Amino acid sequence: MFPSLPGGRAEQTHTLPESRGELNVNPKATLQLKKTTAAAFKGHKRPRGREITWPLNNRSLDAPRRPVLGRAVLPNGRELTPPARMTLRKQLREKISAAFYRHGLLCASYPVPIILFTSASILTCCYPLLRLPLPGTGPVEFTTGVRDYSVPSHEPQGDLGERPDWYRGPPVAYIQQVLVKAAVSPWDSSLVPVDVFRSPLGRVFSLLEEIRNHVHSDSSGIRSLESLCLQVTDLFPGLRRMQSVLPEHGCLLVSPGNYWQNQRELFDSDADLLKTIQKHEPKGLHTSATLRDLLFGVPGKYTGVSHYNRKRVVTYTITVVLSSYDARFLGSLRARLKQLHPSANCSLREDHMVHVHFKEEIGIAELIPLVTTYIILFAYIYFSTRKIDMVKSKWGLALAAVVTVLSSLLMSVGLCTLFGLTPTLNGGEIFPYLVVVIGLENVLVLTKSVVSTPVDLEVKLRIAQGLSNESWSIMKNMATELCIILIGYFTLVPAIQEFCLFAVVGLVSDFFLQMFFFTTVLSIDIRRMELADLNRRLPAEAGLPPPKPGPLRPREVPPPPRPSPHTITLQTPAFRNLRLPKRLRVVYFLARTRLAQRIIMVGTVIWIGILVYTDPAGIRTYLAAQVSEQSPLGDPGGAGLPPHLGVAPVFRGGDPTSTLSIHPAPDPTPLPENQSQGHHGPARAGLLPQAPPAVPQITWGAEDEEGWRRLSFRHWPSLFSYYNITLAKRYISILPVIPVTVHLSPQEAIETRHPQDTRHPPPPIPKVSADLQTDLTLYKVAALGLAAGVLLVLLLFCLYRVLCPRNYGQNGVSHGRRRRGDLPCDDYGYSPPVSEISPLLLRGHSMDIECLASDGMLLASCCLAGQIRVWDAQTGDCLTVIPKPGLRRSSSSSGCWEQRDGWDGVGGATEPECLCSEAHGSYVGIDGLSEEEEGYPLRRRTAPIRPTLFNDQPDLTPLIDTNFTSQPPSHLLSTPPRAGFDFGGLVERAYMEHEPPSPSAYTSPSSASSSPPTGAQLQRRPSLGDIAAALPPERAPSSGPQADWESSVWAMELRGNLIAAGRSSGKLELWDAVEGSLRCSNEDGVSGITALAFLNNRIVAARLNGSLDFFTVEINKPLCLLQYRGAPLRGSVPPSPCYSSEDVISCQLTRSVQCAHHKPITVLRAAAGRVVTGSQDHTVRIYRLEDSCCLFTLQGHSGGITAIYIDQTMVLASGGQDGAICLWDVLTGSRVSHVYGHRGDVTSLVCTTSCVISSGLDDLICIWDRSTGIKLYSIQQEAGCGASLGVISESLLVTGGQGCVSFWDLNFGDLLQTVYLGQSSDGQGVRQLLVLDNAAIVCDFGSELSLVYVPSVLEKLD
Amino acid sequence: KTEASSTCRRVFVTTNLLIRGAMLFSVGVFLALVLNLLQVQRNVTLFPPDVISSIFSSAWWVPPCCGTASAMIGLLYPCIDSCLGEPHKFKREWSSVMRCVAVFVGINHASAKVDFANNVQLSLTLAALSIGLWWTFDRSRSGFSLGVTIALLATLATQLLVYNGVFQYTSPDFLYIRSWLPCIFFAGVITMGNIGRQLALYEYKFIQEKSHQD
Repeated sequence: MFPSLPGGRAEQTHTLPESRGELNVNPKATLQLKKTTAAAFKGHKRPRGREITWPLNNRSLDAPRRPVLGRAVLPNGRELTPPARMTLRKQLREKISAAFYRHGLLCASYPVPIILFTSASILTCCYPLLRLPLPGTGPVEFTTGVRDYSVPSHEPQGDLGERPDWYRGPPVAYIQQVLVKAAVSPWDSSLVPVDVFRSPLGRVFSLLEEIRNHVHSDSSGIRSLESLCLQVTDLFPGLRRMQSVLPEHGCLLVSPGNYWQNQRELFDSDADLLKTIQKHEPKGLHTSATLRDLLFGVPGKYTGVSHYNRKRVVTYTITVVLSSYDARFLGSLRARLKQLHPSANCSLREDHMVHVHFKEEIGIAELIPLVTTYIILFAYIYFSTRKIDMVKSKWGLALAAVVTVLSSLLMSVGLCTLFGLTPTLNGGEIFPYLVVVIGLENVLVLTKSVVSTPVDLEVKLRIAQGLSNESWSIMKNMATELCIILIGYFTLVPAIQEFCLFAVVGLVSDFFLQMFFFTTVLSIDIRRMELADLNRRLPAEAGLPPPKPGPLRPREVPPPPRPSPHTITLQTPAFRNLRLPKRLRVVYFLARTRLAQRIIMVGTVIWIGILVYTDPAGIRTYLAAQVSEQSPLGDPGGAGLPPHLGVAPVFRGGDPTSTLSIHPAPDPTPLPENQSQGHHGPARAGLLPQAPPAVPQITWGAEDEEGWRRLSFRHWPSLFSYYNITLAKRYISILPVIPVTVHLSPQEAIETRHPQDTRHPPPPIPKVSADLQTDLTLYKVAALGLAAGVLLVLLLFCLYRVLCPRNYGQNGVSHGRRRRGDLPCDDYGYSPPVSEISPLLLRGHSMDIECLASDGMLLASCCLAGQIRVWDAQTGDCLTVIPKPGLRRSSSSSGCWEQRDGWDGVGGATEPECLCSEAHGSYVGIDGLSEEEEGYPLRRRTAPIRPTLFNDQPDLTPLIDTNFTSQPPSHLLSTPPRAGFDFGGLVERAYMEHEPPSPSAYTSPSSASSSPPTGAQLQRRPSLGDIAAALPPERAPSSGPQADWESSVWAMELRGNLIAAGRSSGKLELWDAVEGSLRCSNEDGVSGITALAFLNNRIVAARLNGSLDFFTVEINKPLCLLQYRGAPLRGSVPPSPCYSSEDVISCQLTRSVQCAHHKPITVLRAAAGRVVTGSQDHTVRIYRLEDSCCLFTLQGHSGGITAIYIDQTMVLASGGQDGAICLWDVLTGSRVSHVYGHRGDVTSLVCTTSCVISSGLDDLICIWDRSTGIKLYSIQQEAGCGASLGVISESLLVTGGQGCVSFWDLNFGDLLQTVYLGQSSDGQGVRQLLVLDNAAIVCDFGSELSLVYVPSVLEKLD
Repeated sequence: KTEASSTCRRVFVTTNLLIRGAMLFSVGVFLALVLNLLQVQRNVTLFPPDVISSIFSSAWWVPPCCGTASAMIGLLYPCIDSCLGEPHKFKREWSSVMRCVAVFVGINHASAKVDFANNVQLSLTLAALSIGLWWTFDRSRSGFSLGVTIALLATLATQLLVYNGVFQYTSPDFLYIRSWLPCIFFAGVITMGNIGRQLALYEYKFIQEKSHQD
């Protein structure tokens, strides 16, 4: 039929019937028909030669390659750049990549130190910011002399000089502060802590009196404070709380006296001054001026009003706000106060007056654009951080990203300030633009890159890979941005220059932070995720089968997973770690370590105890002697005590005797607790009589000169705002302070005490120089003890290390070394990341696998030998073997020895099963089975001719007769390369060639694919017959309906427990996948079933003659058993325990569309309630599954349909021999898009939600945008690569190649990994590839199946 | 059923177009108000005195005009993309659009607030910034040509308005108008086009989902 069909042509076929043709070539090759298959081999050898270079280029995951998006694809060339030439750019790129890799390793290895370091550097860089006022609202100062001060005029004068332009007109107010420093002097030991501030504060009332009543009279008249001060009215409404404290309706004069309404009586009767002061403090954090600051006029910590005041000096101010400036009045006031309270060592400058200008508050008109920019900024940040995905804590990382950007800005401003650049721009305005310019992109890119590295790698490696993958683009972006900003710098506009400067520094610091801070945070996050997720998905990963519903799938406990022989790498530690959750391992580890440590600790404690008890070296006495000798008190009683008791009396010794006798002060209220308070003063006095009485030193320094500077810069605005006076755009003048020093005698302090003052707890004992001598001894002892302790710890540590093994027998440090040695290092000097993907080879088939079907749980495969095997898709165990006994015949051929041996080994138990099938019963003559051959006229008819061919000829003709007599001959003619019968032609050819009998003829592909019983079988039969008698009873019912062994399985589908097999004879069989029993068969059609679709309870079968049959699978109760045609004798056999075997499954033809297509149907797909068929007649038809009604006939291809994709979302794509790909709207039947993508047939089509992936005979994989139909990019594959495609996740594409499968990143077109299925010497192509639900793929690999788990995808599916 | 679904889709597309138009219009009005406020602060434009007392301190017809223009531009861009058959693929995400808007506002801000030595410098700087905006966020030739065309047209329209005395600039430096006006227009066109494209993308996705649900 196809005498000139070359092997290469056969390889290029792609649809199901055609692949059969290809399959018929392959066994020939495996059976070493060297002469005839040399041509066929050529196609295999060529790619194998290329394979050598290809994987080297692509295997390492971390070779940074940019996406090929938009890169023009050469019409015939590869896209991979030749590796030989190393341009400067490439070298640079690799250097950068390597540097980033190392950096990533560093960051992920030491997260905590690096974060600490980064935080420290951020804080250091931000430190100069503390000196800056908050952006926008900081006050501006201008200093003038006091002597020649005159109120500036409103009109701008010509010679302004250095005068700022706001210095016009009178100020809002003049501030005159009287700075009071008061202390009780000399400090008496009898005084209680409250005395430190009670009497000094009490002095404020007399001072106030003095100031209020001060009158200056001279020639121009009499002036009092009343006439000069700023008269205020009501407080601002809403400040009722402060009404009692702040003055109203009068002079604005604030002092600490305001707490007590400026009344001495209230002050004196106040039992707890601090409580009164504290009462008005705002709750919570308050950044602006507090009431305490306002009244005291100095920051809270400088006032000295507290119980723990060491210096015993109280500082406060009386602030007088004047509305007009009168130099003479103020001069006289100053002189008067100085005269009353002279400050001896005061040298404050009094000749400068500071004018403070407050900037305008932002008005609504300015606020709107500002708010807008901030809204845009937030939207930007929101949309950016929303893209962070697949991490443990999305919000945490988003926060880290924002922190990175913000702190880089702060660092930038801080650094600029440090180097003397004062920002003149309004920080609040330019801030959003700075953020936008710096941007969050790099951070997102980093995250994405790291997240998309294989999950099962170590965190360190993941981070390093992610970094190095994106290094080039990050550096490029940064260089571009710097260039743009540099251009901006040359605009020579000062404002833009400043902006650019900030942006440059911000960019650099942002880069720094990204590299250190964010990367580290990311590594921490990913580490957390790994732990959590590994724990979660332990069962699937650990290779343990998930607990399956017991009654449904009764089977023995699976054997432990076999080690796969042909993995490309060793099972690396990371992979092994998956077996046990990390947390558990850590727990075990800790548990063991703890145990050892504890034993040692207990031993140590016992040892020390013994040591101390026996005291062999006399340490105890030595220490005691030392202490008693050096102690000044020389406590005689202490010598005999243990050291720690002997030291204690240094503090407390002699107390009881000396307390009351030395107590000098008459205590007004000798309360019991007063005694205990008095302890320490006398004790100290007793110990150190030479110590002088403490005289609190009142010193005046430069910091007192402008004490208001230490206040919040909002101090004055908030004071004025209480009276609804705004300082915005206005200024105040601050006059030089008037220093007042007040010394109070202890007597006075005691007199002004409140009765309850002495009740306050004493301040903590100050350990000052008095105990220096004692302390030294103590320190010596402590140091000695510490040294001994350290020594002991070191000793024990050494002991521990010697005794215990370094690591506990597993995954210690040694792995890194081993791995580095084992694997080849690449140019960067680091090992490529180890691929963890190891294929699991499922062996058992003797010949090439033809059909493959899976429903996620089970996997059914059918080989050319007709053997159907059912595997567990999770573990790869072979569950059931449905053999084809006809294979026995080929035992004489050398090529099949191995196969038969494997058969006997694996399926020994199932051997009888095949013998009981009726097909052989008729010939073997086993009693009880022979009646059933009546149902098989076909076989009977073929039987007579067999003996003539026996012994000297290949047994080919019966095969052809059997299978194709019912065929309309037109099909044979009309379907050149893809009809299922091309092997028929081959067979005929082979028959002609092997006219002289030769053993190899027995192994010709045709005889293997559908072999009838032959003479060899007949010869062997008697010896096997007795085995058949010993049938296990439960196997017996499995052969109820008759299996058709003569024809080969052309199509197979698997749903649940049922395998639907379509045979070349047109028979549809339903097998039980678990039991391996034939449940039902249907022989309504005569034309071979080329494709099957099994959806719900419907089976659609496409036949060779272009007709389409719809079957309904009905599961009936056992009562209907009698209606069951075929096995009346078997009805009485007790049913097997399996549930499904009780039911009777029938498969009925509901509708047959006789002329669905007028040429053979090449593709059949079903999904979402639709059945789609593609045919040689250039059309695609859509049928509804329920009523088998043809909805649409889609015309648009100019060649036969070769590939169809439809999924649950009703996306329909079709590809044809014309190389065109059409996207259809299943609902309307209209063509959505139509593109020409391939030169030659489209062999495979897959869709994701965003793109369509097609592969063609031109070995090109094209990725199209689904919405627009535009080719995004294409991947040139090796010649002769398999046409199989699969999409594992949205972004992971898997393709089959020569003996390998390759994983591609769909977003960029990067080759992620190539997994070799076996030794590369047998470069079998992967023709079929199934993606299972659990992110595993199954592909055929010659006679083996390969189950490849893709662990990294599990993560992404989460 | 197919007819019903196709009409349904047509209705959907129409409503979506309206929604997109309305959104673009509001964005345009909002930006016009805000940016005008920036300009008014700087006393760049002088409107008749009775209008200046209005709350948004600009003539009433300015924001609607800007809104209409932005709606047109925003609808025009995806339309032209689909006509040319080369959909915009560069940085199609909201964060990028937001960045673009922020940069546009920043350009306006700079033009209003930064003191330049002379108008030539100002115009050149703004032109560079606008080109930079296009290069950073658009990079499509159609976008560039459309932007230039619309900017020129808008400048012409402004010229006519000023010529007819509807309003005037405080310090016109080039034929009664400000010379930086085309740059601002160009940047605005690019920005609105970006927004419009992004909205159109959203609509497309919505249709896809809808059809899947059917």
